[in-house]
Amino acid sequence: MAAHLCYGRVNLNILREAARKDLREFLDKCAGSKAIVWDEYLTGPFGLIAQYSLLKEHEVEKMFTLKAGRLPPADVKNIIFFVRPRLELMDIIAENVMSEDKMQSPREFNILFVPRRSMLCEQRLKEQGVLGSFTNIDEYILDLIPYDGDLLSMECESAFRECYLENDQTSLYHTAKGLMTIQALYGTIPQIFGKGECARHVANMMLRMKREFAGSQTQILPVFDTLLLLDRNVDLLTPLATQLTYEGLIDEIYGITNGYVKLPPEKFAQKKQGEGGKDLPTEPKKLQLNSAEELYAEIRDKNFNAVGAALSKKAKIISAAFEERHNAKTVGEIKQFVSQLPHMQAARSSLANHTSIAELIKDITSNVLPTRLLPPLASETFFDNLTVEQEFMTGVDTDKVNTYIEDCIAQKDPLIKILRLVCMQSVCNNGLKQKVLDYYKREILQTYGYEYILTLNNLEKTGLLKPQTTTRNNYPTIRKTLKLWMEDANEQNPNDISYVYSGYAPLSVRLTQVLARPGWRSIEEVLKMLPGPHFEERQPLPTGLHKKRQQGENRTTLVFFLGGVTYAEIAALRFLSQMEEGGTEYIIATTKLINGTSWIKSLMDKPEVNI
Amino acid sequence: MAFVTATWNPLGEAFYRKTEVYEMGWRLSSGLRDCLVAAAPYGGPIALLKEPQRRSPSARPQLEIYSSSGCSMASFVWKSGVVKHLGWTVSDDLLCIQEDGTVLIYDLFGNFKRHFSMGNEVVQNQVLEAKVFHSPYGTGIAIITGAFRFTLATNIDDLKLRRLPEVPGLQGPPTCWAVLTQDRQSKVLLASGLDLFILDNTACSAVTPPGLSPQVCSIVQMCVSFSYKYLALFTDSGHVWMGSANLKEKLSEVETKVKTPPKQMVWCRRPKSHQPSVVMMWERHLLVAGDLTFNLCYGYHLDEESVLVPELDGVRIISSTHHELLQEVPAACEEIFKIASMAPGALLLEAHKEYEKESQKADEYLREIKEQSLLGEAVRQCVEAAGHEHDIETQKILLRAASFGKCFLSNFPAEYFVIMCRDLRVLNAVRSYTVGIPLTHTQYKQMTCQVLIDRLVYRKLYPLAIEICRYLKTPEYQGVSRVLKHWACCKVQQKEESDEAIARAVSVKLAEAAGISYSEIASKAYECGRTELAIKLLEFEPRSGEQVPLLLKMKRSQLALSKAIESGDTDLVYTVVTYLKNEMNRGDFFMTLRNQPVALSLYRQRLEARLSLLQSAVDEYNKAKNEFAAKATDEEMRLLRFQRRLEEEKGEQLLGLSLQDTLRVLLSVGLNKPAEQLYKDFRVPDKRYWWLKITALADKEDWDELEKFAKSKKSPIGYLPFVEVCVKKHNKSEAKKYISRVTPEQKVKAHLAVGDLEGAAEAAIERRSEAEISMVLSRCLSTTDRGLVDRLNRARSTTAKK
Repeated sequence: MAAHLCYGRVNLNILREAARKDLREFLDKCAGSKAIVWDEYLTGPFGLIAQYSLLKEHEVEKMFTLKAGRLPPADVKNIIFFVRPRLELMDIIAENVMSEDKMQSPREFNILFVPRRSMLCEQRLKEQGVLGSFTNIDEYILDLIPYDGDLLSMECESAFRECYLENDQTSLYHTAKGLMTIQALYGTIPQIFGKGECARHVANMMLRMKREFAGSQTQILPVFDTLLLLDRNVDLLTPLATQLTYEGLIDEIYGITNGYVKLPPEKFAQKKQGEGGKDLPTEPKKLQLNSAEELYAEIRDKNFNAVGAALSKKAKIISAAFEERHNAKTVGEIKQFVSQLPHMQAARSSLANHTSIAELIKDITSNVLPTRLLPPLASETFFDNLTVEQEFMTGVDTDKVNTYIEDCIAQKDPLIKILRLVCMQSVCNNGLKQKVLDYYKREILQTYGYEYILTLNNLEKTGLLKPQTTTRNNYPTIRKTLKLWMEDANEQNPNDISYVYSGYAPLSVRLTQVLARPGWRSIEEVLKMLPGPHFEERQPLPTGLHKKRQQGENRTTLVFFLGGVTYAEIAALRFLSQMEEGGTEYIIATTKLINGTSWIKSLMDKPEVNI
Repeated sequence: MAFVTATWNPLGEAFYRKTEVYEMGWRLSSGLRDCLVAAAPYGGPIALLKEPQRRSPSARPQLEIYSSSGCSMASFVWKSGVVKHLGWTVSDDLLCIQEDGTVLIYDLFGNFKRHFSMGNEVVQNQVLEAKVFHSPYGTGIAIITGAFRFTLATNIDDLKLRRLPEVPGLQGPPTCWAVLTQDRQSKVLLASGLDLFILDNTACSAVTPPGLSPQVCSIVQMCVSFSYKYLALFTDSGHVWMGSANLKEKLSEVETKVKTPPKQMVWCRRPKSHQPSVVMMWERHLLVAGDLTFNLCYGYHLDEESVLVPELDGVRIISSTHHELLQEVPAACEEIFKIASMAPGALLLEAHKEYEKESQKADEYLREIKEQSLLGEAVRQCVEAAGHEHDIETQKILLRAASFGKCFLSNFPAEYFVIMCRDLRVLNAVRSYTVGIPLTHTQYKQMTCQVLIDRLVYRKLYPLAIEICRYLKTPEYQGVSRVLKHWACCKVQQKEESDEAIARAVSVKLAEAAGISYSEIASKAYECGRTELAIKLLEFEPRSGEQVPLLLKMKRSQLALSKAIESGDTDLVYTVVTYLKNEMNRGDFFMTLRNQPVALSLYRQRLEARLSLLQSAVDEYNKAKNEFAAKATDEEMRLLRFQRRLEEEKGEQLLGLSLQDTLRVLLSVGLNKPAEQLYKDFRVPDKRYWWLKITALADKEDWDELEKFAKSKKSPIGYLPFVEVCVKKHNKSEAKKYISRVTPEQKVKAHLAVGDLEGAAEAAIERRSEAEISMVLSRCLSTTDRGLVDRLNRARSTTAKK
């Protein structure tokens, strides 16, 4: 079920199994049949931990969504609320409990707080007079969810907003707790590096918690050599850029949530004979995307321009494999062929799926169209947009009002697209001239509405948009020192991480790369230009647990992105892991997988309007 | 070795032995006569209350507490009411049950801890008799009142009084009674004459023991075994009936030939023994009654007044001079020491003895065991027997024999031997006269080392407890740290020392220990009224979750708030904030928050989320330098007013639209004048206005107006947009009108937009742009546009050469 979690350097399935064990233990605490009432937000993350079958094994017979009013009838002994510790949810629970029919056979109520129980919420239940009605109140510590063989996510959407906008550090506390869980399972991480205010805060809490747990920790040989904590606001540029890897583009265009993507169904119509495509499916096609799928693991991190070649190569291999059947003569050979059939068929359907997805993406991205149809504006827009992004990243005319942005506003293109571009210009110019900034803001307010003044305000607070305070723009220095722009990015056979954005090398990943070799000391100047402190901490290991490195054995680094990470950045880190002379393998952890759109959206105060 | 069996007496198939544990250290002037005595099981302390009936203020009774070896631990004059019964809790606290049902609790050192009452009914009718009992739920108390009703408390730490139902027809006090624990419930078994009743929470049911001899008229004494599994009844005919406590099975019945009821009767049965046996004591006579088939019993003469203390695996007999243990000889000891025993253990012991004498007989014995391949068994027997012996020399002899035997075995697991050696070391240490905890190995295993450490801690034997923890390598947080915490809790109660001195002493001693809960120590200090000390100690507490609630309790809310923030646990911060809000007046509340920006923002976020829209706008105003927002807000208000006016005049739905959308609506319905006015008033950039205008006109398909507009002045956005808006409306012929005016850079795009490949190719070749030529090429189909493709390819190669 979760085999893909074990393949990597670090077996993340241990974490998943630990999480499942806790879940089973809680479910068994409530004896008898049960119904789960879900805080809807949690269903996605839980899906990564346990399927319905696991719940069913533990007598979960019904599942409902948490909503106000009376609970639906269900002949079960226990009602279990799976909720985040939020006050508004407590009120709904209280209402549910109070409107329970007293006539019917009594059902026992239980609460499972995810990821942590909260005194405040219990207090609220007490005020509502229902606290006594609960048989079990427990917490389910679900901080870091294994997402893939090398990827952990807290699936906490609002982490960036909370930390950088609202000064609410709850998610950082959970991060620190999550890292303590990691250390309990995989051993103390001897070296901690970090850059940024939040990183500093998390490291402080970790060291503090280490003291709290003193005496009770288990002796495990450390799996990770280094932990690198990175604030998202150290690198605001990368998520704003359009990702150009296969997986990145799927996320940019269709959005991947909790490992699933929903795609327009037209290209997935079953081509059956005789039906002639009469009834096209109308439901969006839902696909799970992770490295359990061999083909996907192979192409996900490629630049999209290299995906076509990879797919056709794969197609040849598969059809060659099917051709083998003609060569099978003896019974033994045929038997062997048949035994491979399921695997081959899976590969074929996987190939078909990805060919369809690639076509969908190509329709949107390619600036060269093979047909005489009228210009579908989407593709030109994509290309023009990309051109402007690349101009900004290379520092072309970042100090002036950009005509393309002007035109897009005039045509009332989606606001998020505008905001991504304006923010990008601001970041690449180390802030915009007051006049330019005010012009953009005024244009946006006049076109999209006054209410977006809050959104603009939020963007300014987080530093995504800012007026230039000094005349000196240090972005070019950063770009040059860290080699953020590579002219000759090789998309087909990459030799540098810049392939993931066809030229731009993500700043965050460059920092990671430099840390491994030659070390941050070589870039002190640049580090000082980036916001927040940079630091190094060492956690002493008990004697006997010092790792004896084998010749040629790689170091393992856990990179934690506080405030989100993009698929392209992950691809870049995977590329570094695979580099032969790299010497370091990376495991990636984050508060949430983001892209520019979802990120900006999380900072908008009225995101549901006009998008 | 013959003397080992000197204290053995056979009874049925087993032997019983009486070994001296201690010579008592106390000097009791009048023995145990006229004393209320309570001795705790598992070698616990002994409490004595001399002449409990004395009430006159001039001669009050004396309460004394001793260790099992008779070392005095406390002694004080009893000034409260008349005590009916004494008993010990599982955590070594003394319970003094008074006539009026008040229960006073003292610690081992005679310090008063707390008291509680057993209810009104007891106060009214007075306590007739009381019993203290232990169950998995803790220590309980059962009381029968003067009205012959029972009141029960199963756990005194979680006091829930239960009044048991009335016994029908009970006129006088029951002849005897006992507490049973069955089916997770405590019940009372009582006898009134020949009738037996079981009282539980809800009912009183009559029961009859199976096979009780017919001569009986009355049951005069009863006792329940340590495990609550067995019951013994003594009848007026002098018979002892033994059976299971559920009264389903009879094990044995013995005739004692004594008709007077014994002063005390207790079970003496070791776990796993096949033989039931009960010990009865009259004034100077002790009788052990055993098996049915043999109908045997044997007696001891007692020199002095004594008390019997039932244990898990025997009975302790305490008199004013001696402390003895009476038990069935454990199987391993019996096998080894029984005269002429040929058990493997006995042979091994013999072999080792010969070996020490350097005699070759050692080999003969060894061979004998090895031939039957029983050497493993022999070693095991010796190790086990060593565990059951109290005499250190005997332990050594047995262990040496075992170690000798082990040499001839290759695969004997070492742990068994090692653990036993360790256990014995610990046991010998606590059995020593000064400590006075005479535990047997069986008892030790049952109570666990954890509990033993607790007991040592209760006795304030901290160094010994720490030694044992270190010796047994107990994990720190369960062992040394725990002991140190208790030490510190005790330390903070020493009133004569200053706060500084204590805090320093505690921190020095605890600095190295891991996992100490300073908050518990601080909490203790606070209980003793030493708030300042508590705060000092809390500084050492690494877990904020523990610090904060105590600080709140001590009303140090400021400190609690900063600690909560320091921890990073926002839930803690909220908790403190909510607490503060309830406790403080509004002004102080906000003053406190102002000093803590994190708390302030958390407060705002949660409690005023709904106001955030407004708040943000107001914030902007307040920030004096943010002119932009002020101006934007002003513009918004102007726009709203404008929209309202137009709505009233022209009836268009405009309110709430953005300026751009307002303009779009106005232009699309042809309200050009107001649109023009808005454009000027709000200084809309020309470019955007042109875009708007041409899109609106194209949407209306007002091609004439579009053309007129194009000619009105030079377009600030160029003419490609004109082409595009027309194409969007599928009007290529209109679109073509504007191509000539498009700038050369955009010409290719314009031609392509209207689908004119020839024109596009022309323009691209003219501009000699490789990229543009490629773009045109990509739109060509090789089948239909053959010529064009060739031309473009040629052009491309020439441009490439340059």
